[in-house]
Amino acid sequence: MARQIGLCHAKFRAFGNRSRKNEERVAREDWAKMKAWDAIIIGGGHNGLVNACYLQRAGLDVLVIEKNDWVGGAATSRELTPGFLYSNCSYVCSLFRPEIMRDLELPRFGLQVISYEGGAVFTRDGDYLANYRDHDAHRREFARFSKRDAEAYDRYARDVTRQCRFIQPLLMRTAPDPTSLRPRDLGELLYLGKKFAGLSAPEMALTLRFWTMSISEFLDEYFETDVIKANFALSGIIGTALGPMSPGTAYVLLHHYMGEVDGSVGAWGYARGGMGAVTKALAASFKASGGTIRTGAEVDHVLVGRGKAKGVVLAGGEEIFGKLVVSNADVKRTFLKLVEEKELPDVFLRRVRNFKIRGSSGKVNIALDSLPEFPALPKDSPVYRGDMHFTDSMERMERAYDDWKAGRWSADPFLDMVIPTTLDPTMAPPGKHFMSCFVQYAPPRIAGAEWTDADRDGFAESVISQIAEYSPGFRDRIVHMEVRTPREIEAEVGLTEGNIFQGELTFDQLLFNRPVPGYAQYRSPVGGLYMCGSSTHPGGGVMGAPGRNAAAEILRDLAKSTSHMSAAHDVI
Amino acid sequence: MTSSETIVIGGGHNGLVAAAALAKAGRKVLVLEAGSEVGGAARTEEFAPGFRVSSVAHLLNRLHPDVVKALDLDKHGLQFARADFMPSVALSKDGPLVLHGAYGEVLTGTNSSEQSAWKELRAQLLRYAGILKPFLSRRPPDLAGMSLRETASLGQTALALKKLGKEDMRDFLRVLLMNVADLLDEQLADIRLKGLLAFDATLGSNLGPRSPTSLLGLYYRLAGETGGAAGAQIFPQGGMGAVAAAIRAAAEKAGVTIRTSTPVAKIIVEKGRAVGVALHTGEVLRARTIVSAINPATTFLDLVGPREIDTGFVRKVKNIRMKGDAAKLNLALDRPPQFTGVDAAGHKGRLVIAPSPDHVERAFNPSKYGEFSPEPVMEITLPSLADPSLAPSGACVLSAVVQYAPYALKEGWDAGKPKFLKAIMAQLEAYAPGIGKSVVHAELLTPADIETRYRMPGGHWHHGELQADQMLISRPVSGWSGYDTPLEGLFLASAGSHPGGGVSGAPGLNAARRIIAMKG
Repeated sequence: MARQIGLCHAKFRAFGNRSRKNEERVAREDWAKMKAWDAIIIGGGHNGLVNACYLQRAGLDVLVIEKNDWVGGAATSRELTPGFLYSNCSYVCSLFRPEIMRDLELPRFGLQVISYEGGAVFTRDGDYLANYRDHDAHRREFARFSKRDAEAYDRYARDVTRQCRFIQPLLMRTAPDPTSLRPRDLGELLYLGKKFAGLSAPEMALTLRFWTMSISEFLDEYFETDVIKANFALSGIIGTALGPMSPGTAYVLLHHYMGEVDGSVGAWGYARGGMGAVTKALAASFKASGGTIRTGAEVDHVLVGRGKAKGVVLAGGEEIFGKLVVSNADVKRTFLKLVEEKELPDVFLRRVRNFKIRGSSGKVNIALDSLPEFPALPKDSPVYRGDMHFTDSMERMERAYDDWKAGRWSADPFLDMVIPTTLDPTMAPPGKHFMSCFVQYAPPRIAGAEWTDADRDGFAESVISQIAEYSPGFRDRIVHMEVRTPREIEAEVGLTEGNIFQGELTFDQLLFNRPVPGYAQYRSPVGGLYMCGSSTHPGGGVMGAPGRNAAAEILRDLAKSTSHMSAAHDVI
Repeated sequence: MTSSETIVIGGGHNGLVAAAALAKAGRKVLVLEAGSEVGGAARTEEFAPGFRVSSVAHLLNRLHPDVVKALDLDKHGLQFARADFMPSVALSKDGPLVLHGAYGEVLTGTNSSEQSAWKELRAQLLRYAGILKPFLSRRPPDLAGMSLRETASLGQTALALKKLGKEDMRDFLRVLLMNVADLLDEQLADIRLKGLLAFDATLGSNLGPRSPTSLLGLYYRLAGETGGAAGAQIFPQGGMGAVAAAIRAAAEKAGVTIRTSTPVAKIIVEKGRAVGVALHTGEVLRARTIVSAINPATTFLDLVGPREIDTGFVRKVKNIRMKGDAAKLNLALDRPPQFTGVDAAGHKGRLVIAPSPDHVERAFNPSKYGEFSPEPVMEITLPSLADPSLAPSGACVLSAVVQYAPYALKEGWDAGKPKFLKAIMAQLEAYAPGIGKSVVHAELLTPADIETRYRMPGGHWHHGELQADQMLISRPVSGWSGYDTPLEGLFLASAGSHPGGGVSGAPGLNAARRIIAMKG
């Protein structure tokens, strides 16, 4: 049977205009049943699409299956109220690998990133600490608070940049298995060793400390002013179920800092048309190279025969065959829900169950009938166009985390708030604005019980009242609001516990440990079943690296060329 | 002015071990101790008329076997038998759970499925701690370039890892920097057992059980051994002072001269070389080698002075985190307390109030903000039950290490201390009803008290927070983890150096070995 499918497929291949034919084929159920795709991607999130693009461009015939009626996963733009486009999950474009953007010609397919300058932390005394991209301007702003900290800033920026320079190339490489003696793993370990040895001794020591320090302790070594520390610390906690005083958060800072160091124009900013523009461009690039996307189709399970993936079965019972299957879903969803237990070794299952996916954040997305005013800021301050925060001390940030640990949302949450319409008028009607508030912390369950609607409303109120404290009249400007707790994010996007990184970024779940030891190279115990989501190395954020790296491994297994895939750029 | 071959600053247990080891290698050694008695934080002191107690450390669980051997401590009165191993009792409202023998060879007070889960976890923890154990007795690897010997010893570690087998090695690498609470949740069910282990992993550090890397604390404990058994703990007859006395005896037998009540005011540096010390009296003592077995920050910032060392190094030293988070409680009781549900053998053991990991985590939270725990966690011993000489007849001594008690208490310890003592007593009363009425005298040593009384900056028992980023090659500071310093002729030997604190003697012995190897 398998061979027959292969034959059909080979025959079909001979026809011209694959794209048009593909569409026809999907329309004809019989065809769909009989043919075997070269690859089926479960989930049309950004990593699934990146993976699909690379595979399709390598000459494979690829089908992306998405449960929602739109693609994009957590990187979408949706009109939730007339005239307003919501980036309702991911909200800024900072980490997306420029190499991937170039390989897949995303600008040609409509992706435009508008870089923004600025941002601020509002302080409780009515002042604010601004951030500027310009190093000297930033320094001057720090000097307003502390001359010593302004001086330390150079040292800080240099140290962090050097660490990024070491870690960044690792993002676009498959992590070696330290327990393996295969030449490739040994070679990769040697590469890492050389890279490490290329650092000076103090840098090496700093690297080792970086993996284990808390962002709070790390910042204490440079700065004395609390608000300046709070300003930097937020990058160390976004998306993780850790507080700024938890060891390991210094690495999370690096993870977020990576986009910034590229120095490539447009690597940090708003995607024009919202974050959905990223996945729209990916989808367009994919289709242009002949790929097929099927939306509104939920995969019920992966079809496995004799230890090999044969395709997928949709919720309605429809079977779709593929020579290989790639899951963009998180590792828990993939192996605890989509694959039968009997197909998996016990050790693997135990490790998947032990994988830590922790809901830690929520979103409040707001349509506004006018631009809110923040009396602390001068009129026309560039800060309006950047990211704004209200958590001006390490203690407030950490206390919000204590609330998470206790299983409640915080009365004084940490917000990362942006108003992308200040730079991108396409997202709202003229004069009106869209505001995105990323909120930390939001526990996956409230004191052990499921979120209720009342909880959700209380959570939203904590956010609105915090903003209103700094922006009089804010409530009156609200036209529409979407509140997303981990419950809503899981239900819509399919992220377990609503975790935006598909799993915590702690050392026990990084590199060769991600998602689980022994399976950190995008393969799984089931032959022909691969993983390409953020559960895999190097982890979350709209980065695209997991999808790309998984494609490289798949093509290696198929003995196909990867010449269309750029390696990591040298940094700086 | 007198001249000596080697001067050891600080007569704590590490200073004495270093001095003894150097003297045994033929050096002429002089130990200068600021206090009136040697032993540092490992002393036995009278805190109320007729009541004596181990001053800070109150249990022996990691005196390094190399130290015992090198100094023949068994001939100086330190001999341990299996029968001396103390049980650990996890106190709980649901009745106690007891780890017997060397860290729970036998577990009682819980069901059989938990017993077998514990057996498995215990074996795994000991296996993994065993991988790390060899690091205790040697210099951390030097990143800038390793000698053949260092490379070979790292190779041995790699081999030991391989010997674990593939899956075990993978687990080892996964859990190494994990938080202790997650690991316990993966493998155990009984919150009393999990609470005890969570407490042990975080004891002496500014971490909660949910802080990443907190599992290392448990490895550190289990890498230690007593009487040849990993994780075993004993109460030395006569208290900790007896251990210091045995090391002192070994040192003096080897020819070490000890001067007490002799605080050092300054380390004299000439042309980048430490050449001697000046005492508070103005007396100057010159020596070829100076070994500082006191806190590294005190050594460089106070005794050497920032002028003699480069700013990068000074900054690193200033950045060593050493704010203590543990207090010591000494109670003189008119009669032995009765902990509910605990038998006589249990009362002679280590009693731990840490009823669940969540409880420990909640106790930890306030300390992040400079507040003490309203419901503190603690380990309690009743040393006079095993050694009646420590208390008047019929009376009893209670010694407890209590967390969390941040050094920099926001309201200040003058105001906070009585409140904290009240919170501690309320906890004790809940597990040993009536104990409050039996208190004759209470002494609570906060980190601030420990700082002044034992010359431990920040009141930190380890002379520097013992967390992953301040361990191994980063202890006390990166680039200088091998007991050498930027100053020729000056070496470090306190718990502030690798491998860290606890009454182990390992930093002192390792430093002495380094000095001998360097012919320093």
